[in-house]
Amino acid sequence: MNTSDSDLALRAGNGDAAAFQVLLERHYDGIFRIAFRFTGVREDAEDIAQAVCTSLAVKLRSFKGEARFTTWLYRIVVNAAQDLLRRQSAAIRLHAAYGEVSELMRGAEADAARELDWLYDALQRVGKDLRETAVLVLAEGLTHAEAAEILEIKESTVSWRMHELRKELKALVKAEA
Amino acid sequence: MSDELERMRQAFRRQDSVRPDDAARLAALRTAMNQFRKENGAARQGTAIGARLRERSINLLTALTRKPMMNFAHFNLRYTLAGGASLAVLAFAIVNLDQIESVLVPAASKYDIKEADRPADSEELAAAPQAEPAVRFLLEVEPEPEPEPQPAPEIQGLIGGAGQSPAAPKPESLARGDAPAALVGPASGQAVTSERKQRFVYNPQQPPRQRLLESDSVVPPNYQDQGRDSFADIVPNPLKLVIEEPVSTFSVDVDTASYAFVRGALNRGVLPQKDAVRVEELINYFDYNYEVPDSREEPFKANISVMPSPWNLDRKLLRIGIKGYDLPKTDAPRANLVFLIDTSGSMHAPDKLPLLRNSFKLLLSSLKPDDTVAIVAYAGSAGTVLEPTQAADKNKILSALDHLSAGGSTAGAEGIRQAYQLAERQLDENGVNRVILATDGDFNLGISDPDELKNFVERKRQTGVTLSVLGFGHGNYNDELMQALAQNGNGNAAYIDTLGEARKVLVEEAGSTLFTIAKDVKLQLEFNPAMVSEYRLIGYETRMLKREDFNNDKADAGDIGAGHSVTALYEITPAGSPARQVDDLRYQSGSTATAPAEQTEYGFLKIRYKLPDSDSSTLISTAITRDAEVSAIAEAPRSSRFAAAVAGFGQILRGGRYTDDFSYDDVIALALSAKGEDPFGYRAEFINLVRLAETAAALEPQRP
Repeated sequence: MNTSDSDLALRAGNGDAAAFQVLLERHYDGIFRIAFRFTGVREDAEDIAQAVCTSLAVKLRSFKGEARFTTWLYRIVVNAAQDLLRRQSAAIRLHAAYGEVSELMRGAEADAARELDWLYDALQRVGKDLRETAVLVLAEGLTHAEAAEILEIKESTVSWRMHELRKELKALVKAEA
Repeated sequence: MSDELERMRQAFRRQDSVRPDDAARLAALRTAMNQFRKENGAARQGTAIGARLRERSINLLTALTRKPMMNFAHFNLRYTLAGGASLAVLAFAIVNLDQIESVLVPAASKYDIKEADRPADSEELAAAPQAEPAVRFLLEVEPEPEPEPQPAPEIQGLIGGAGQSPAAPKPESLARGDAPAALVGPASGQAVTSERKQRFVYNPQQPPRQRLLESDSVVPPNYQDQGRDSFADIVPNPLKLVIEEPVSTFSVDVDTASYAFVRGALNRGVLPQKDAVRVEELINYFDYNYEVPDSREEPFKANISVMPSPWNLDRKLLRIGIKGYDLPKTDAPRANLVFLIDTSGSMHAPDKLPLLRNSFKLLLSSLKPDDTVAIVAYAGSAGTVLEPTQAADKNKILSALDHLSAGGSTAGAEGIRQAYQLAERQLDENGVNRVILATDGDFNLGISDPDELKNFVERKRQTGVTLSVLGFGHGNYNDELMQALAQNGNGNAAYIDTLGEARKVLVEEAGSTLFTIAKDVKLQLEFNPAMVSEYRLIGYETRMLKREDFNNDKADAGDIGAGHSVTALYEITPAGSPARQVDDLRYQSGSTATAPAEQTEYGFLKIRYKLPDSDSSTLISTAITRDAEVSAIAEAPRSSRFAAAVAGFGQILRGGRYTDDFSYDDVIALALSAKGEDPFGYRAEFINLVRLAETAAALEPQRP
């Protein structure tokens, strides 16, 4: 039963629909989760996840098995999420996020809401590179090496970015105060 | 030290509980699978165009129904005050959605060909996450000016320059067709944003998105599955004239799922939908203490009685009761069971997974120590939870059951495959090899074509593995598919709504649920026109067979398990009775040259069955004579009276077309007269249900 992801991916790349399906079923949740980390908006995450799944139908042909499948897959998810964020006008996004948060604040979860507000505001401000690094390292709990592999950068670059992220966040907090 | 990073980490952690929505997941997987098939299919063979077209149009509709649905909800939301107008708009849009299918198919076929020529690697696929992928190719079929190519600026705003061709209409505008302009108004970018917010904030659990091709329902903003239980349409068996159609043929049905579903609805204070009521299943829910055959070789006996019909004393009710040979427990063959358990997110309700868990625990108690049990769970991806384990190792099985938890969507087909694999690995030639599927309904992933699933189950039956289906929960219960699966797998279907029901099905009737004593059991009744002018079979609508299928051993029919009983009721109008509903024809002279000897026979009953290991059938036949008749209802056997009460109830629930003014009170009176010992209280429960039905609402109240 437990055929490895790579095997499935290679088979799917050769047109095996059953393999493709198993692969999707295994990984949809992960794809959605990462997408959600990026956007914080369920619908966006669903859209990203669906687009990624669909794109795999073609992209799997170029999966050669030299990287771990999840590494390869998450790279696609990260790119898709970044694409969406880039294209979404910042105004709409902030507006949407603000609306969500103010609704939440009415409830008992005001605290959580404030933190989420801060999170997505900050992610928006620190820019693309730090954002993807933050998602993989802080949210997904990956090591710098794993994140580096997904992002196709050097491990030291991830470490440096994390350092930058901290600096940026500090600056943001200071600016707010 | 790195406090800011820690703060961010914590903030991320707060949304760990966010789970993908089942319906979104389903939509994504389906779209992706379709894309995959298109990519691979188109590249490889050019022959299967017809088949692909069908997929395509479904695919398109999925996409179309998905997006517009959200907008409907949104219109609804904003224009509640507009009342009637808003309703009219909705209706309009839906009609258009239906029409659009025919428009789309040709477009899709064009696309198909185009797609085949295109280089395989289209980079922009991932680059447009905002657009529905399935819709995108619709957008790309630009040369043909679609009926309504007006760009919808407000939607463009939302996309925020998503890189789409500016002339490309979003599906909303297509679906709109020539809908009134009022429709366009509210879909401003801001409004959509607020809708999005709505989806996220008010209802974190997310209303399931509309499912495939369900264009006829409008979703309120807080959509809950409700009244989406689906049943096969049933038209009650009509009255037949003996002269025109002297022979009635049907297959036995030992399922009782309908009764439990009806009970569930009534206990919620709601009348069940008509098609949920299968009268024969209500009748067969009860044990009538029929005479039991003595040996396994002739597995059952027919019990016949005739009494006046309770709803029209000028007609008669003919009861045919069959009881299967009851296997002594020590003789029971070894059982090799695979529990296939749906653990998708929707099973997370008290009347689903927890009840299921307890039900299976009950079943364990009725197994023999050397029986084996394996568990496969399916949700998202299917997996074996418990390798085949002897029933003696109870703790191991119990703990596996306890560790099941709900989450993810339903990968039913993959689960079925795995379960069969396990069952086949352990196949015991002389034993019972059965997959017991427990689910709340839809198989929405994998083999998504129900027919394909049925065929799979049917093929597997030949390897010796059969399938039983236990249904749980309501709201999205797919009865038709469940029934069909169980029928094709030589199994049975039951609906479990309470632990009491679980006990009945899995413990008391474990023998009949698990051990088949006769398969493909068919009944054929020939009426004697000299005695009977009209007849009507009550229930069994989904089990009717063609006359010629009776002798055709290839024609599949129902199975009977050890100790199962099956009851069929015919309402007959005696020849010359004033209750006849159809007049004689003026120009067909009554050529009733019947021999006098036949005047004592109402008809002739033939039963065909196959022993479990045989492929050719055996015939039992018996004449239905006046000897079995009583002249007053009170003299009839208790079993007949109770069965008649249940039949009356079922028919009233179905609209009472043939029962004149027979009322719930009459049902209660008749049932009370026939209650008998009732050791488990089933009959008392029935009487209570009838009382509930008197006050039940016709429709489930909308949840706020």
